[in-house]
Amino acid sequence: MNLLLLLLAQLTYDRLLHPDREPGNWLTYSGNYASHHYSPLGQITRANVGRLKPAWMYQIRGREHFETMPLVFDGVMYITDPPSDVTALDLRTGRPIWHYRRAIPPGIAVCCGQVNRGVAALGGQIFVTTIDAHVVALDAATGRVRWDIEIADRKLAYSLTAAPLALKDRIIVGMAGAEYGVRGFLDAYDAKTGRRLWRFYTTPGPGEPGHETWSGDSWKMGGATTWVTGSYDPELNLVYWGTGNPGPDYDGTVRAGDNLYSDSVIALDADTGKLKWHFQFTPHDVNDMDSNQIPVLIDAPWNGRMRKLMLFANRNAFYYVLDRATGEFLRARQFTRQNWAKSIDPKTGRPVPNIEQTTPNSTGALVYPDDDGTSNWFSPSYSPRTKLFYQNVREKGAYYYKADTKFQPGRLYLGATKRDIPNEEAYGTLRALHALTGEQAWEFRMHSPPWGGVLATAGDLVFSGTMEGDFFALDALNGKPLWRFQTGGEIWANPISYRSEGKQYIALAAGSALMVFGLD
Amino acid sequence: MRPVLFFLLTFPLAAQQPDGARGAAIYSSQCAICHGRQGEGGRGPSLARARLRHAPSDESLMRLIRAGLPGGGMPGTWLNDFELRDVAAHVRSLGRFPRPPVAGDAARGETVYLKAGCAKCHTLRGEGGAFGPDLTGIGSRRNAGHLRASVLDPAADVPAGFVLIHADKITGARVNEDTFSVQIRDASGKLHSFWKSALTSLRKEPGKTAMPSYRGTLQGEDLDNLIAYLASQEDLP
Repeated sequence: MNLLLLLLAQLTYDRLLHPDREPGNWLTYSGNYASHHYSPLGQITRANVGRLKPAWMYQIRGREHFETMPLVFDGVMYITDPPSDVTALDLRTGRPIWHYRRAIPPGIAVCCGQVNRGVAALGGQIFVTTIDAHVVALDAATGRVRWDIEIADRKLAYSLTAAPLALKDRIIVGMAGAEYGVRGFLDAYDAKTGRRLWRFYTTPGPGEPGHETWSGDSWKMGGATTWVTGSYDPELNLVYWGTGNPGPDYDGTVRAGDNLYSDSVIALDADTGKLKWHFQFTPHDVNDMDSNQIPVLIDAPWNGRMRKLMLFANRNAFYYVLDRATGEFLRARQFTRQNWAKSIDPKTGRPVPNIEQTTPNSTGALVYPDDDGTSNWFSPSYSPRTKLFYQNVREKGAYYYKADTKFQPGRLYLGATKRDIPNEEAYGTLRALHALTGEQAWEFRMHSPPWGGVLATAGDLVFSGTMEGDFFALDALNGKPLWRFQTGGEIWANPISYRSEGKQYIALAAGSALMVFGLD
Repeated sequence: MRPVLFFLLTFPLAAQQPDGARGAAIYSSQCAICHGRQGEGGRGPSLARARLRHAPSDESLMRLIRAGLPGGGMPGTWLNDFELRDVAAHVRSLGRFPRPPVAGDAARGETVYLKAGCAKCHTLRGEGGAFGPDLTGIGSRRNAGHLRASVLDPAADVPAGFVLIHADKITGARVNEDTFSVQIRDASGKLHSFWKSALTSLRKEPGKTAMPSYRGTLQGEDLDNLIAYLASQEDLP
């Protein structure tokens, strides 16, 4: 490889700060630090999207859900394939350049598959988190391991599935395991050495503010994990991250109190990991309402003055607008069916929970949404052109029955069992919401509740996929279907867009294939 | 469970009987979230069956519970050998249906089955229509009481997955559906495929059955014999 290429492979922090200067690439998990998950490429339009055709495919070997979010820069696409492998692909041909294959020990305890959602890149290195709770830095050119550190004990059911977020000289790493009585945290590691720079525990220990929101020792196995990649505001130097359910998921009796900082969004100083503010969406949750969604950051006028806002389509069926400098609650609006909250206080954003209805009991408590939520980890998309927030929504409820709750390290710690509603066909929607009000502009109905995310583009198109393998494009303005392709596999991933040799492409993991589409 | 085989395979464990209460408690807290409280299935497959596809033996069942099914969505566990034995025994118990003696004569029931026209819609060991659920091995999945109720009052408990669809002028059972298309099979067994955008009307009736009630049509000995015939249907080897 010549010197020029070597230099090009350096993905500097400056480049990560300015993805707008290279719209043909996809540099971070959500496309930019504001997590718009939006492509400024407009070559594929509403007029020509009907001519979209497969350009190439890459087949993985795994049988787990293929949830990767590809990164694309300098002629290479970096994907993860389950459980915790990484592959670099030549952007022009789809041919592999290198593989990192990790042997995973048997008996991994995870709620939802040995999956991985993608890598981060910084300074000639690619970073992947692993299902056996390691963080690994790879040489971006060769895939060779630069460092490999264990950050938690897999035998206690700590696992890692999320793409790290690279910023400055560090990577921010979230973790999973809240169905197993783990204690949640968010970490920062020195990108060069793997040395831990800070750790923020999402369940406060004795003497820390918020500790009083957990009865007894319940904070020790309180969950509040951080398994979906967050956002970053470089001006405020704040990292924003969603946190998951308190543990045990469905039995609140053993953890009296609000259970901070579960089901929250936290704002941490990127240098120190100190908490600047938090907002808890679902205090004392007994329905597994993880707030592991993606905080979407926009600057917009609010009551006559420009404000730094955060948009958050929560798994609990409410769409929130917060001030991201202060954490001030500005608005919540229900965007689909739910019965866990009677109302939301318009001043504070605190819900009035419908505890009698949705607490699991011996005869079955009917809960909307079910424990997979309305939104979930799959990405929303914000288009600065339409000023709409596009969100895939799972329209599904279930019955919950109280079950045995006993904490044992490394074991499921749930407190309920579940039964689907007989003869009720769950379905899915892609909803377009006005970003500032949460009012719905339009919706597109899908056959079943989706597990894939949404991509809006400057061609005023919205791309997404279904569990039956339909990959489709809608008119971003009115939701009209304009193109579809049957991929033949379940879609558990978010589409992205990039440019190669002057042409715009759309990439998506479907079934066991990474598929790339371009105009013929 | 086959106690002799179990004894040979897991000698140290066989010193004491499985602890049923402990097995049930582990099942309730660790397994039921996906497999259902009675093993009826949910996110995970039903366990209330005599033979488990991935775990034909007790040893393989314990191995599977320990290691999980990477790629199949099932996590591994950190249960010890005794707990594994207990929960495996509980899982086995979910598939053990009480098979009370059935009143009728199974051999005569076959004649009733054919005369009543069951084979028009149902397949049994490769023979018959494809409109209704396949009845091969139905006796190992449903007890006689349930079968009798299904014949007399089929609307009361429609099998999961059966959805009646009306697509323009065609009515049939759903074979498959996605966001843009639907495939249905009509009562004659003919397969129809539609793009939804080309349909004027599309109506789904989950929970509805196309099967008529045989209350009044079949009774007494004929009914007993038919139920005996269905209850005698064992899984294919």
